[in-house]
Order: sequence, then structure tokens, then C-alpha cells
Amino acid sequence: MITKEEILTALEDVKDPEIPTISVVDLGIVTDVKIDEANSVSVTLTPTFAGCPALKILENLVKERISRLDVASINVKTTFDVPWNTDMITEKGRKMLKKHGLAPPPMHKGIIQIEVLKYVKCPYCESTNTELKTPFGPTLCRSMHYCHNCLQAFEQFKPVG
Amino acid sequence: MSYTDTQLKAIKELLFKITDDQLIIGHRNSEWTGLGPILEEDIAFSSIAQDKLGQSLALYNLLHDLDEKTPDELAFMRNEKEFKCCHLVEYPNGEYDFSLVRHFLFSHSENLRFELLAESSFEPLTKIAKKLKGEIKYHVMHADTWLKQLGGGTEESNLRIQKALNNSFNLALGIFEPGDFENELSDMKVFEGENVLQNRWIEIIKPIIESSNLLLPDKSLWNPSYGGRKGHHTEHLQLLLNEMAEVFRIDPEAEW
Repeated sequence: MITKEEILTALEDVKDPEIPTISVVDLGIVTDVKIDEANSVSVTLTPTFAGCPALKILENLVKERISRLDVASINVKTTFDVPWNTDMITEKGRKMLKKHGLAPPPMHKGIIQIEVLKYVKCPYCESTNTELKTPFGPTLCRSMHYCHNCLQAFEQFKPVG
Repeated sequence: MSYTDTQLKAIKELLFKITDDQLIIGHRNSEWTGLGPILEEDIAFSSIAQDKLGQSLALYNLLHDLDEKTPDELAFMRNEKEFKCCHLVEYPNGEYDFSLVRHFLFSHSENLRFELLAESSFEPLTKIAKKLKGEIKYHVMHADTWLKQLGGGTEESNLRIQKALNNSFNLALGIFEPGDFENELSDMKVFEGENVLQNRWIEIIKPIIESSNLLLPDKSLWNPSYGGRKGHHTEHLQLLLNEMAEVFRIDPEAEW
């Protein structure tokens, strides 16, 4: 029998197609893993954004990775049962975002004000002397900023509640 | 939980009007792609469009779970009479001032609607509402920023935004056209009702409009553009649907 831990370890190999340094586990979108007596696995994912174009790709990547383990069958579905928010990104995930040049989202505990977007810490020089350029970036989950200290434009993985 | 036929019809009517609004305004917003007045606005309207289309997909999926057709069929194979969107979302983009003011008026109503629905007794909708309101927050934030900038900008920008507001306000009031099942929905605690929503919306947008050096049109001028929720639309909707569905209808069975 396969264990939930083994599944989650395997899923660390499945990276977000738009941010290839972070896994689906560290992104916090794997909301449920079930294994029945027949060794069949069901994985539930939750979308980061309803309009995320990577949803189907992620389902397929998860399916493909688990099918390489010793399991009887694999079923992957995406539901809103556990609504995703950026507090679900793990500590390791935050480090990985930074490695990709993205400022990690601040922990917000459900309360998001425009202020949290204004003085984001620059992922390159750590300065907070930064400016929000626009809350919309190259993908739905990013906002665009400028650092007045190191004179570098950067992106933030924006907080979502 | 099981529902009577009437209750189910009431829920579906509610879902259809919300998701049809999102699909149509999402399509309109996407028409700014490549044409935005500045690059950031091009990206913003395109991202907002992508959000709204994704959100409409979530709700069409929910309708499909309630035995309606597939999301693609609902989006691309219905004619205008079967759509329940309000007139506000149907109008062509026109100038940026109209698009922005429409986005401001619509997104605030949507934000408040999903705040109400996050407390709904209809659980599948509650879950979706909780998620979507986090996304819509950014739409509202974007709209408020630009309304303030342009309302409080030059004489010309102020006049143009005020004019757009005057021209779109009665269309926006059409968002709150009462449905056939207002009492059922509020009795079931699925949705408090369009009247409650409209009052909340006025409470929220009025101070933002006023602090942007603009005026909310006087109540004596209010004349809501109703009909959309019953399938009576402006001449713009069918043209939009023809264009939006053109490729899909060539081969509805095609795998994408």
C-alpha cells in the first residue's frame, strides 16, 4: 500500500508550469489525498485563480507523476472545496518564489488592504523603498513593482485572500 | 440538501444571470487586448477579462452539475434570448472612459454580490463565492485607483469621466433588475435579493465617486435599464455572440 506521504513526496516533482521553481505541494494547491483499500489514489487540487490556464495541465502532470508509482489507479480532480489563498504557500515555497525573482506574498490572515501591495520588499536587495506599478502582471498571480533602491523592476506573487 | 423544482429553478436563474454577466463583460474587456491606452492598462483589462471568463466557467460548471448543458454549449450555442445578462455589459467598449466607468460600476456590484453569496445556504455556490471575491478585490482596487486619478485629474479627464458616469448609470442600475424568484431565494437564504444588493452598492460607490471629484447622478434621474434578466437585450448582444462563438460554431465537436 502506498502512503499519503509517498504521494506528497512524489508531487514535489510536479512544478507550476508558470513558475518552475515551486511545486504544487509548496504552492498549497494539493488539498486532499485519499488512498483506498485497493490502493487507488484520489488527489484533489484547488485552483489558484478561477481563470488559471494551467489547471488542466496541472491535473495531467499530477496524474502522470503518480502513475509512475505503484498504485492501482489514479483520479485527479480540481474543486473549490478548500478555496486557495496565498497563506497556503509553504515556507519552502516562499523561498522558491524568491529564487525565481518573485517577491513572496505577505501572510495576510484573510485581510488584504491595498497597503500590502505598496511597499513590497524587493526580492533582489530587500529594500522596501518600492512602488506598485500595477496590480496586474504577466500572469494572473503577479503584480509589478519597481525598487527605488536597486533601480530594478520586479514582480510579486500577489496576496490573494 | 434537496430542493423543489421551483427552488432549483430559482437557483439556476440566479446562477445564469451572474455567469452570463461575467462572460459578456469578460469578452468586452478582452477586446482591449492590444488596444489599451497604455501598456499597463492593456495588461490590466486583459487580466481582468481572463479572471471574469474563468469565474464564469466555474459557475457554468456548477450549472452543468445541476443538469444544464456543458459550459462550452452554454457559452457558445445559446442565442441572445436565452442569455440573462444585463444591458450594461453588452455595450461596445467605446472610449476608454466608458469602459473604465462600466468596469468600476460592475466590479463593485460583483464584489458585493459575492460577499453576500459567500454566506449563501447553497454550499456549492458559497465555496466558489469565497474564492472569487478574493480575485474581484483586485478588479475593484484597479477601478478605484483610475477613477480617482481621472476624476481628480485635468478638467478634461474629469468631464469625460463624469459624462461616462451619467451615461452608464441607468444601465448599471439594470444589474439589479429583480428576478422572478426574489422571495424564494431570500426565504432559502441563498441570496438576500437585488434590492439589498443595490442599496449596498450605492452605499459603497457614492463616497468613492464623491472623493474622486465626481457626482453620483441625482436620484430624480434614475431610470434603470431593465429587460436583460428576462432575455430582452440591446442590439449589441447578438452581434457580440456571433463574433464570440464564430470559431466554436464552425465545429462544435472539435477537441481544443
